Amino acid sequence: MNVPDDLLYTETHEWIRREGDNIRVGITDHAQSELTDVVYVELPRMDREANAKEAVAVVESVKAASDIYAPVKGKVIEVNKALEADPGLINREPYGQGWIFALKIDNADDLKQLKDAAAYGQQIAG
Amino acid sequence: MVSFAGWLMPVQYTSIVEEHQAVRRNVGMFDISHMGQLSVEGGRAREWLNTMLTNNIEKLEVGTGQYTFLLNERGGIIDDLIVYRIGDEKFLLVVNASRTDEDFTWLDRHDANDIGLTNRSGEFGGVAIQGPRVVDLFRALDVDLPPRNHIVDLTIERMPVSIARTGYTGEDGVEMFFRAEDAAKFWNLVLQKGEPFGIKPCGLGARDTLRLEMCYPLNGSDLSPERNPIEAGLGVFVDLAKPNFIGRDFLLRTKENGPREKLVSFRMEEKGPPPRPHYAVFGHGERIGEVTSGTLSPSLNWGIGLAYIDAPRAKVGAKIGIEIRGQKFPAVIEKKPLYKKT
Repeated sequence: MNVPDDLLYTETHEWIRREGDNIRVGITDHAQSELTDVVYVELPRMDREANAKEAVAVVESVKAASDIYAPVKGKVIEVNKALEADPGLINREPYGQGWIFALKIDNADDLKQLKDAAAYGQQIAG
Repeated sequence: MVSFAGWLMPVQYTSIVEEHQAVRRNVGMFDISHMGQLSVEGGRAREWLNTMLTNNIEKLEVGTGQYTFLLNERGGIIDDLIVYRIGDEKFLLVVNASRTDEDFTWLDRHDANDIGLTNRSGEFGGVAIQGPRVVDLFRALDVDLPPRNHIVDLTIERMPVSIARTGYTGEDGVEMFFRAEDAAKFWNLVLQKGEPFGIKPCGLGARDTLRLEMCYPLNGSDLSPERNPIEAGLGVFVDLAKPNFIGRDFLLRTKENGPREKLVSFRMEEKGPPPRPHYAVFGHGERIGEVTSGTLSPSLNWGIGLAYIDAPRAKVGAKIGIEIRGQKFPAVIEKKPLYKKT
């Protein structure tokens, strides 16, 4: 399973890419392979404020609907509109074109709560 | 893997959609070892069983099976099952995994003394092999399949098997049972012989999307002790002309007065989130029912589902709304089955 070293992770299988004061968020390769066949993505509302671990988006596979959580407190500044037409991007490119939203974060220190690749790798191995 | 009636079962081996398409286009194999088998035999087995089940066993010839219901006194569905007549007074009931113990207890409680009732679920492994290439696959195994709804006992590579021409997918296929100790060997043999025909192992996820496209009900979702076969639209498997079976009086009244709710099949009218169980159904602004099964249909590429709704609103062509996370999405009631083979 692909767990890139340069990303941070949550227990709930989101990945986080730091981009200055902002973060970009998607779901991990492990998560997409468990869900398979993503058929619908409900994107967060632009400019919404979210607390850490608050559900902001929904990824639906054939089998089930899964909530996607804000990894840390922040404001939604970008959503991936391409997923509306092609939700399968999440399966094909979970760390690339399949990103879901970007947050302007309140406090960069919050990111210290997240897992690094080694810790997340251990989580999904166990 | 998920826990299902005490069994660890795969939702998918690779992808629900790929497995679904394998069954619609080629052939797929499902592990159904979890399903229960109850045998019923004895001098008056046929007569007695006919008072326990809704369909008419007198119409069954030896070597054939029929879909039927086990009801409680209020006409509620304890289980839906297939009963096979395997001898003059010898029957095999293939029942839902999660209901096996309950079925056994119920039958045992109503048992006349001269009926031999045995729970044989632990003895058997089972697979469903489904799809248009199933006949080719069995030819490669040197087996001629029995006609639809017939069951035969034979031997494949020294393994005794029972093969029934039936299924839960809308495709041609079989459900078959063998000794539990032969299960792994049989599974691997079929995968190997099926390779030229594009066989795929299929999980619970594809089993659900395939049956839902056909509007076959799922016990525990669409059927329950609070629902009866008339409101589920399955009255054809109930013979009210039989003088006596458990639940008959209640069903007669339901039929006379008409059911309060009916199970309908529907399709979403927009590309959007798929319907899911327990979503509310609206008609002209009021709540008229609840979704019991829903998914995105891999064959149709539309959201589809089954819902119980107020009987007067249950009309093919009627527009309904499905409430998904607080927002109503348009859908239309359609004829069953939702998927028709072209």
